[in-house]
Amino acid sequence: MIRQPSRRAKIGQWLLLLAIVAGGWLIVENVSENLARKNLHFGFGFLEQQSHFDIPFHLISWTVFNTYGRALLVSLLNTVLVSALAIVTASLLGLLVGVMRLSVNWLVRNIALCYIEFVRNTPQLVQIIFWYVGVLQALPSPRQSIVFPGGILLNIRGLYIPDAVMNPGLEWLSWLALALVVATPFVWRLRVRGERIGSKALLLPLLAVACFAAGVDQVVYPELKGFNLAGGTQVPPELVALWMGIAIYASAFIAEIVRGSIEAIPKGQHEAALSIGLHSWQRLALVILPQALRIMVPQMTSQYLNIIKSSSLGAAIAYPEVFAIFTGTVLNQANKEIETILIVVAIFVTLNLLTSMMMNWYNRRVALVER
Amino acid sequence: MRSLLKLVACCAVVAGMVGFVGESVAQNYDVKSPTMDAIKKRGELICGVDTGIPGFAYQDASGKWQGLDIAYCRAIAAALLGNPDKVKYIGTTSKVRFSVLQSGEIDVLIRDSTQTLTRNTELGLAFGGLNFFTGQAFMVKRSLNVAHVKELNGATICVLTGTTLELNIADYGRANNIKINTLLFERPEEAFAAAEAGRCDGYTDDGGSVAAARSAMKSPKDWLILPELISREFLGAYTRQGDDRWTILVRWVHHAMLEAEVLGITQANVDDIKKSATNPEVRGFLGLEENFGKKLGVDNEWAYRIVKAVGNYGENYDKYFGPLELPRGWNELYTKGGLQYPLPWR
Repeated sequence: MIRQPSRRAKIGQWLLLLAIVAGGWLIVENVSENLARKNLHFGFGFLEQQSHFDIPFHLISWTVFNTYGRALLVSLLNTVLVSALAIVTASLLGLLVGVMRLSVNWLVRNIALCYIEFVRNTPQLVQIIFWYVGVLQALPSPRQSIVFPGGILLNIRGLYIPDAVMNPGLEWLSWLALALVVATPFVWRLRVRGERIGSKALLLPLLAVACFAAGVDQVVYPELKGFNLAGGTQVPPELVALWMGIAIYASAFIAEIVRGSIEAIPKGQHEAALSIGLHSWQRLALVILPQALRIMVPQMTSQYLNIIKSSSLGAAIAYPEVFAIFTGTVLNQANKEIETILIVVAIFVTLNLLTSMMMNWYNRRVALVER
Repeated sequence: MRSLLKLVACCAVVAGMVGFVGESVAQNYDVKSPTMDAIKKRGELICGVDTGIPGFAYQDASGKWQGLDIAYCRAIAAALLGNPDKVKYIGTTSKVRFSVLQSGEIDVLIRDSTQTLTRNTELGLAFGGLNFFTGQAFMVKRSLNVAHVKELNGATICVLTGTTLELNIADYGRANNIKINTLLFERPEEAFAAAEAGRCDGYTDDGGSVAAARSAMKSPKDWLILPELISREFLGAYTRQGDDRWTILVRWVHHAMLEAEVLGITQANVDDIKKSATNPEVRGFLGLEENFGKKLGVDNEWAYRIVKAVGNYGENYDKYFGPLELPRGWNELYTKGGLQYPLPWR
């Protein structure tokens, strides 16, 4: 019976599966036994309890009367925000540096080389703390804020942008403005009588600005009140430091991916583009990059996943993302160690799988269709 | 000849019985504690302490552990193992400290940790004495001209996450109808840096730790510790539930250090006092009379060794909190208006 290789393989697989199931069962059994021994009970009911603690930075409303479940949502949004900002910034910066790396100009090429080698060879946490302690904490106190045109203030507590308060009743105008902005890239690609609308679509954002301005009742400028600036929207330095720390670190890796992908395009493509009389930037934008993109996408996906996971380093610099809030405050306050860790793991797995799915979908779209 | 043999046998039996009876008397004090047995077998106490906070537990320039909590670890090792140096220190963050104790990685947790109802019940932990009475205090820059905690409405305060402090601030704000913003840090280093730079208006922690934080600032004189304590934070040693005799020994090590102070026995004079002691309380304490040590599961010289190794409570307080300019306050002996009192040695 075990002489036949196919049977042997099957038996082996079944034994392995059995071992995995037994191992998993052992872990669950061990955990529940240990919990019972310590008089702890497993369950997620605590998410409905009042939290009683403050989250310093929140995109949706938050008070100490809210539940742990709401704290999860608030901190999850913070994680998504910093991840999204870092992904966009790292991609743009990486593309720029990657292209610079291939420049014919010696200085440009070597600046890019130095940037990449310096950034990717120092620890990420050190970079984040450098941005936070070394750069942003050198800013002046709220009383000596740096004033930018338009009432924008910058100090050690963050960047303060004036708030526009909409006229009640005219709030729909701001939604209309948002819709116009979102619609712009779609309108760009539309064809009217066989002709692309193209850059004429840029009228839409202008219209949006006009709509928005028409609905504004008053502008609230940030001003010194008590200990801090009051009024306006605050961009906290923790967010900026984490965003910069993650984005710049990832951009060095992305730059190398971009460089590798461009170099993988056959020389004939460059020459062909040259022979039909395209400028250097046209060659890059119209011929080389679209082809290099196909090679880039799968590797970019893993960089994006790294960025999302790195957002948990925010715990070091007081950025209230899901790891800091849940494995720090909530774990200690609710005394639910296994549950909070499971929640954080589940959240990162879900975020990363969603990102992978989106990137795979995009990959299929740009992939070479063989006929 | 035969009668001689009989006599010898008889004597042997009687001697054996006497010996047996004698042994059974000694066995009255036979203390059963799995933790104590494990420590003796290992020859080393594993003590969970803070990762580094002046006053309580920190490593000096030569890498040696110092601090009030460290003195307690050394005192327990002196009492149980006879050598205060037989301690392995495990630095724990506020996040993991209780898990490390629950899982058995450490024998005792002495890490400036507040003793609370939830920790005593839900977390399955036992209290081994309160070695530090304090409350949550605030430290602000003098230049802000703030004199009371109530004036902190709208201020931003740096705080360490995973502690009781966050809840205290939120509750205090609600009770007094003010809003104090918090910035939650994982480690003291970044929190101190943020306070120093002015990212927050102040720093909050237990009274002792705030004094320690002030001493870590570039210019401690620029910082004012506000007079109010907004909570009770009574810090002490933690053990696991289920080994009462071990918890009892840890608790009485604390009371030995207090008793020594009450009796006026210090590290310097303990040998002289032992030679000439006539006071029955002192003689009992030093193991010249009574069986206090044996009742606890150690030998009768245990308290002598503690004082010899680390000194009494007051000596340690002055040594570690004197440089931080933190007055003894609640931690003064009961005879001097404080809350620290040794339970009766009876």
